[in-house]
Amino acid sequence: MSPATAFRKLFRFHGGLHLPEYKDLSTAVSVEAAPVPKRLIVPTQQHIGVAAKPMVAVGDYVFKGQKIARAPNLISAPVHAPSSGTVVEIGEHPVPHPSGLNAQCIIIETDGKDVWIEQRRQTRDCRDIPPDELRELIRISGIVGLGGAGFPSYIKLSPASSRVVETLILNGAECEPYITCDDMLMRTRPEEIVQGIHIMLHALHARECVIAIEDNKPEAIDAMRAAVKEYGNEHISVLAIPTLYPGGGEKQLIKVVTGKEVPYNKLPLDVRVVCHNVATAAAVYRAISRGEPLISRYITITGDVGQPRNLEVRIGTPIRELLEYCAVPVHDLSAIIMGGPMMGFSLSNLDVPAIKTTNCLLALRTAPRPQPQTYPCIRCSACADVCPINLLPQQLYWYAHSRNFDKIQDFSLFDCIECGCCDYVCPSQIPLVQYFRFAKTEIWAQDEEKKKAEIARQRHEFRLQRQEREKAERAERHKQKAAALQDEQPTAEDTARKAAIQAALERAKAKQATAESTPDADNP
Amino acid sequence: MLTAILIIAALAVFFGLILGFGAIRLKVEGDPVVDQIDALLPQTQCGQCGFPGCRPYAEAIAGGEADINRCPPGGQATIQALADLLGRDPKPLDPERGTEKPREVAYIHEHLCIGCTLCIQACPVDAILGAAKQMHTIIEKECTGCELCVAPCPVNCIEMIEVKPTVKTWKWPFPPQPEQVTE
Repeated sequence: MSPATAFRKLFRFHGGLHLPEYKDLSTAVSVEAAPVPKRLIVPTQQHIGVAAKPMVAVGDYVFKGQKIARAPNLISAPVHAPSSGTVVEIGEHPVPHPSGLNAQCIIIETDGKDVWIEQRRQTRDCRDIPPDELRELIRISGIVGLGGAGFPSYIKLSPASSRVVETLILNGAECEPYITCDDMLMRTRPEEIVQGIHIMLHALHARECVIAIEDNKPEAIDAMRAAVKEYGNEHISVLAIPTLYPGGGEKQLIKVVTGKEVPYNKLPLDVRVVCHNVATAAAVYRAISRGEPLISRYITITGDVGQPRNLEVRIGTPIRELLEYCAVPVHDLSAIIMGGPMMGFSLSNLDVPAIKTTNCLLALRTAPRPQPQTYPCIRCSACADVCPINLLPQQLYWYAHSRNFDKIQDFSLFDCIECGCCDYVCPSQIPLVQYFRFAKTEIWAQDEEKKKAEIARQRHEFRLQRQEREKAERAERHKQKAAALQDEQPTAEDTARKAAIQAALERAKAKQATAESTPDADNP
Repeated sequence: MLTAILIIAALAVFFGLILGFGAIRLKVEGDPVVDQIDALLPQTQCGQCGFPGCRPYAEAIAGGEADINRCPPGGQATIQALADLLGRDPKPLDPERGTEKPREVAYIHEHLCIGCTLCIQACPVDAILGAAKQMHTIIEKECTGCELCVAPCPVNCIEMIEVKPTVKTWKWPFPPQPEQVTE
């Protein structure tokens, strides 16, 4: 153990819960690679940011690891083919999302050969590569935060020039019940994680790295300590933190490890800390050292299944096939939850694929909340006691219920991490988090509408101005033309013509005059 | 006596000057109430309220010429917001003006378009691209769904299409309200 850990003082975040863990269910069997399915369904949006743009066409043959969709801007991530085969469809397909809606997917019919794309870049030592190039390699490898949020990782590896990163915290807390994919990764591939840390430290110019693991995972802690001893150095340390949900939340973990609180509307970088998931570190190592983009990940399949376990799954594998592989009696189940029991969401369609941020599939025979009987809020404040952010959930609930979206933001709605602690303890069984999610999406939609209205107003005003200007210009043109006609000097030809016209007019007049005078003579 | 009158007169002139200066210097251009009302309107510029655009309607509300329930695209939410702003009682949408419906955008069936530019002239936000005898198309991002382009089209090639929620615009539903046990 390095001296850094021996004397490190730990801190506590507000609230939190001790939950039944159910983690040993899925750690009994070793990790195995799930078979590559016949059809891979690869969504173009598997991350926070803008969806990737497909760069293959139907009928194209793709190799394993070939880029099939590119990132259109900086806050996005490219997508790679998880296996070799033929692109058979690019279109809307159900994706894992609480809405159950469809989104763009690239569907690949695999050929079973699993042939890697050539020209994979392999590097022995990351220290030979400048940090900028490392970040670019991580970006083009499509690596996103594998802890659940799916934020493009290279952005979190770019330190602002003004700030020095003191601590890189590697998040191995895995605080939610049932989930063990990070635990198993730390047990089976600790050396990849440590090598990934070297790369991350190099990219960040960070001083030290703390691998934080909840103390309910002694095997993972031992494995990581052994790997750090062998591959690490004195700047990398393993830290066992007390098991308390949601200790794996980014801001909670930073508080526990460093004692620093990330201020409202700020980033961890503002307190000189950067937080990455252990699986992200392993993915970074594979991308840099072996040239492998992110095409597979560990997923826990647990709950009421024959053999709960962890599988290494290709991105795009349909959930149904994973469940069948684990002999899950799909018909007996009342809910399949993607993610954990606290923060996951129920899947309405089993044809959705596993994506980069899928960490767990939880099969439940009885629904977690069978049509809850809701009672009125009694203001017991149990929710405020457990809130890890120190919010007032009962107050947020009142404002969400009455759709008072201004007031709810005064109570820091957007600091809520939707951990579900308040839901769990509420004696009235009020689905608090759903109220908060409702309010958040409603506010986002309103903001979006306001922005649109503002643009429409500007365009309308511009149009009115333009019409006004065009009218003025037209009037000006007419005036100029009239003036030009007047100013025009008559040429000799014109004068002759005018004179001819004038003579003709006078002749006509004279004729008329004589015609008029004749009847006058008749009528005295 | 005279001193008192002089002092009062001097003070009156002094304050008069301050007020006069303030009136010129701190003059507010336009009517701020109109701006506030305009900010609450959806800027569809559809004219369903009977005024040629959102700003004229805002001016009419501020001038007391029009009621606050004449905006179908804004619907009940806009009526509520206007009622809050103006301290009036909210009322239901005027059915003569139309009904509240989900957001739509116009779509031009391009194989039918003859390139007459009538819709371009009707669009209040310049969201239609095209030229005489050239095919026209809607800039979907800028379309407010006002339907003003539908009627002028001589070949009926413009259709209003409802905007379906996507994964990004989807909203969490209001939690179901089971019968609350009250005893």
